[in-house]
Amino acid sequence: MSIEQISVFLENRSGRLAEAAKIMGESGVDLRAMSIADTTDFGILRVIVSDTKKALEALMNAGYAVSVTPVIAALIDNKPGGLANSLAALAEAGISVEYAYAFITCRTSDACVILRVTDNGRAAAVLGAAGTKIVSADEIFEL
Amino acid sequence: MNYYQEEVECAPRGAIRGIQSERLSAVIRRVYDSVAPYRKKMDEKGVKPEDIKSADDLHKLPFTTKDDLKDAYPYGFLAVPLKDAVRIQSTSGTTGKRVVAFFTRHDLDIWEDCCARAVVAAGGTDEDVVQVSYGYGLFTGGPGLNGGSHRVGSLTLPMSSGNTERQLQFMCDLSATILCCTPSYAAFLAETIVAQGLRDQIKLKAGIFGAEAWSEEMRRDIEKTIGIKAYDIYGLTEISGPGVSFECSEQTGMHINEDHFIAEIIDPATGEVLPYGSKGEIVFTCITKDAFPLIRYRTRDICVLSAEPCSCGRTLAKMSRLMGRSDDMLIIRGVNVFPSQIEAALMSRGLSSNYQIIVDRVNHTDTFEVQVEMTPEMFSDTVSGVSAHEDELTAAMRSMLGISPKVRLVSPKSITRSEGKAVRVIDKRKI
Repeated sequence: MSIEQISVFLENRSGRLAEAAKIMGESGVDLRAMSIADTTDFGILRVIVSDTKKALEALMNAGYAVSVTPVIAALIDNKPGGLANSLAALAEAGISVEYAYAFITCRTSDACVILRVTDNGRAAAVLGAAGTKIVSADEIFEL
Repeated sequence: MNYYQEEVECAPRGAIRGIQSERLSAVIRRVYDSVAPYRKKMDEKGVKPEDIKSADDLHKLPFTTKDDLKDAYPYGFLAVPLKDAVRIQSTSGTTGKRVVAFFTRHDLDIWEDCCARAVVAAGGTDEDVVQVSYGYGLFTGGPGLNGGSHRVGSLTLPMSSGNTERQLQFMCDLSATILCCTPSYAAFLAETIVAQGLRDQIKLKAGIFGAEAWSEEMRRDIEKTIGIKAYDIYGLTEISGPGVSFECSEQTGMHINEDHFIAEIIDPATGEVLPYGSKGEIVFTCITKDAFPLIRYRTRDICVLSAEPCSCGRTLAKMSRLMGRSDDMLIIRGVNVFPSQIEAALMSRGLSSNYQIIVDRVNHTDTFEVQVEMTPEMFSDTVSGVSAHEDELTAAMRSMLGISPKVRLVSPKSITRSEGKAVRVIDKRKI
């Protein structure tokens, strides 16, 4: 049920994000979701793209340090308390969330949350049982 | 005038030369018999102890280098039975370039005398309170000035380095009059004194600051900030620690304790001895030490020697402020750092040696950054994962160097390479 996220090491220097975005753009991949974790020294760009392999190749050829991480994408009801219900289920099951980021889908009924958790398989099962829909890699671009 | 041993410090040049000649031939005779590496080097060069009749013959002797000491670690250059040695001191850095120097009771006496001359030249008497804020332990700074201050009869505060709050409390409560530490720590203390409004509570009149290169501008800045006179002092563990040379009130160079150490200036490339006034590498020969008398030791420090008469009345020759190094050693916050040690720390963690050292001086304090290129193995999607690698590298380098760098991970292949070879060190300090 997990989908692939690409993480890119960005040195803390102006223009590095723009450069990485340009490289992915030129490789013809479409960005579905993105977040940046930043520290005073460096940043980590995390993206979900239409063609992971192609984007990876382009970034690696350009000399970037990259990694691929399986994450899960959960559809959350677009209403107050929607996210809280899903996260409560994970917390009860003892699953930690390392980081998360969200994007709004074209539909107004729900939002998609990307979750990096300690155990994808179990998290998907717990969320499913709590009535949260888990999105597959193919589905994410249909949203 | 303030002298500790006037009969030596102000002796006629000819008399100093006479003492040097006599002591040199005696020490050479002794080390030829007792130190195998010296005997071997002298034999290879075809020099016999009887060829060294006076200080004029010094140039006939082979040089001793840090590598020689490293190869003979730990006892190879020990010139007395081990039972006669009572102390060791060691250079900073824990691997690669370690040097252990031995002292007999007599050697400690000499060292303390040398430091006492520095304390007295800075105006120290038995009425003074000397705050020693150099590190104690294997580092020679603390023990050296501590001994010198004792000799003079000053009340000695063995503070060691760090813990600035406590430093300032003792400085105020016990009315310290002379501060001994590295120039960068002195500058930091001076700023803190002003920032905390303690300027009126301190009784400092002088500072003895060494173990790292500093500029005239920095000196004037420290002097002005806290209203003291700042004196330079020079030394190295191999020769005995601080007090090999020291500054007088004229502040135009450091008088070399020539009754114990003979100084020469050489061309670092050819080894040729250069006349006084020439810029070159300073080389020392210990002529009075029992345990570890180094002969023509290559310091790699670049400076100029002068024997012009000094207004302070001392006749001892002076060496200028340090003008650089003839090898790649950096002195950062008083600690000796070789780029090769950084390389060793990286290699020991299975990393390639793509790194760059950036040293700068901000508000009189050295900044020390090591940039390391990110590798796929070190990279992960979480900040904590990447930070853990930075912390690991910092710890590995700290244990190798004895000083903590700021490790900064940079993009792969981003460190400038010229002619296929990376530029390892960028030293932005203006000294």
